[in-house]
Amino acid sequence: MFRNQYDSDVTVWSPQGRLHQVEYAMEAVKLGSATVGLKNKDYAVLVALKRASSELSSHQKKIIPIDDHIGISISGITADARVLSRWLRSECLSYKYLYDNNFPVSRLITNLGNKMQVTTQRYDRRPYGVGLLVAGYDDQGPHIYQVVPSANFFNCKAMSIGSRSQSSRTYLERHLNEFHNCTKDELICHGIQAIRGSLPAEDLEPKEGQPSLLNICVAIVGKNTPLTILSDEENIFYVNMAKSKGPGAAPAAEEPSASGSDPDDDTPPPPNDPQVAVATMEH
Amino acid sequence: MQGYNDGMSRPFWSNGPSPGQFYNFTGGDRSASQGFGPQNNFGAQRSSQPITTGTSVVGIKFDGGVMIAADALVSYGSVARFQDVKRVFKVNDQAILGTGGDFADFQSIQRSINDKMIDDICHDDTISLKPKSLYNWLTRILNNRRNKFEPLWLDMVVGGIENGEPFLGHVDLRGRSYEDDIIATGFGKHLALPIIREQIVEGRPFTQEEATNLIKKSMEVLFYRDCRALSRYYVAVCTAAGANVSEVQKVNQNWEVATVVRGYS
Repeated sequence: MFRNQYDSDVTVWSPQGRLHQVEYAMEAVKLGSATVGLKNKDYAVLVALKRASSELSSHQKKIIPIDDHIGISISGITADARVLSRWLRSECLSYKYLYDNNFPVSRLITNLGNKMQVTTQRYDRRPYGVGLLVAGYDDQGPHIYQVVPSANFFNCKAMSIGSRSQSSRTYLERHLNEFHNCTKDELICHGIQAIRGSLPAEDLEPKEGQPSLLNICVAIVGKNTPLTILSDEENIFYVNMAKSKGPGAAPAAEEPSASGSDPDDDTPPPPNDPQVAVATMEH
Repeated sequence: MQGYNDGMSRPFWSNGPSPGQFYNFTGGDRSASQGFGPQNNFGAQRSSQPITTGTSVVGIKFDGGVMIAADALVSYGSVARFQDVKRVFKVNDQAILGTGGDFADFQSIQRSINDKMIDDICHDDTISLKPKSLYNWLTRILNNRRNKFEPLWLDMVVGGIENGEPFLGHVDLRGRSYEDDIIATGFGKHLALPIIREQIVEGRPFTQEEATNLIKKSMEVLFYRDCRALSRYYVAVCTAAGANVSEVQKVNQNWEVATVVRGYS
């Protein structure tokens, strides 16, 4: 099944100047569970929502440590994320072997962007279907980078990606000015409050016999703090602290753009696509 | 039977090996049965000696910085061949480098370092190579070359400011390395180090002035006693304010004692 005529190959342009395969990959990021990254002047924090794919399975790994000074949280195709993280790890290791130092975050992400761009320009490859939030700390201070399948990367003060992440983003935008000078604890609480918005309201309330579905993973990196993934006890501690600080982000309402709507849905093609008199295949 | 003079018929198997022997390829008339070995031009000649060389390098840490000095001579064997060569360099604002050993090998390394500096500038992100990173990188490069049995014949001193602290390290042609407050290479190890060590005051680093004077004294003694040394030298200094290489310096020479020495006329 084709969505339209111009998505058969990554390298095929649509008449409006779009690469549909790349845009599909961008959609894949919105299917994963939400994750939030934010920083103050000394620390960068990642908070990810852990979802199990079925009641019988365990949850997927959302935060992957890269080096002592870098961690990533992922949304999208996990297998692609594992490939990227393996590459990032080996780059950091090589850099450490050569220079006895940590890979500067901005340069690592630039290299990653260059690597990912190649896949959007070759007919025998496909874009990585995963979005990354990179938290890192180096001589330049803490960093949050967002990396997307189109091989763009953005240096962010705070960012969220994944399904229903718009409400997290709204929370982050609303509190953006508080982050820079807040404490480490407050920063983690902001992250938790932001991610609460990406859970449906009923999941936040504990059901009878079941704990709240707010199942999170938190990582922090910063000044004199190598990358640490918080333990379950610490998570509970910070979730309670965040609760005492206020309501947090409003739970997600209907959100047509970012919710996990199937890209193969029979949505009409954008109006400007020229309609050609050749039938597209329908299996 | 006629001779082979008609240009047409030739022996069927000419210039070939005798039965049971090996074919002798072009490039020599020795037969393959002579066997292999060094005397038979087997394998490749590795660089087993330096050609154009610099002698000692002396480096001293001081209060708030580090300085490295080397004289201006690059010798060709015992010939004082090139007499105004800078052997100490500014790498960037936070790193300096002094080099002894084969100068051509150094120039090849210097190209790579320059390329790195240009890369840093092109990134335009205020990140630049730190002295410890340079030191570690040199260790890896030199050790890698020695593992190929093709060493870069170098004796280098790396200095600079790393996170506000002075740094001084030594790397040699095998990729061996160590850090210290005072470093000298070659003859300087025997002649300069004891002089400098005598002046150490327990519990405090040298001042910049003390370091400058010790360098001056060391270069003087090295000039008198090292036959591959010269009376002119350069000093590279790196502090938090930046790095620079001095104008040419001259050692104090006093040859009045020469008349007392027997054996000269």
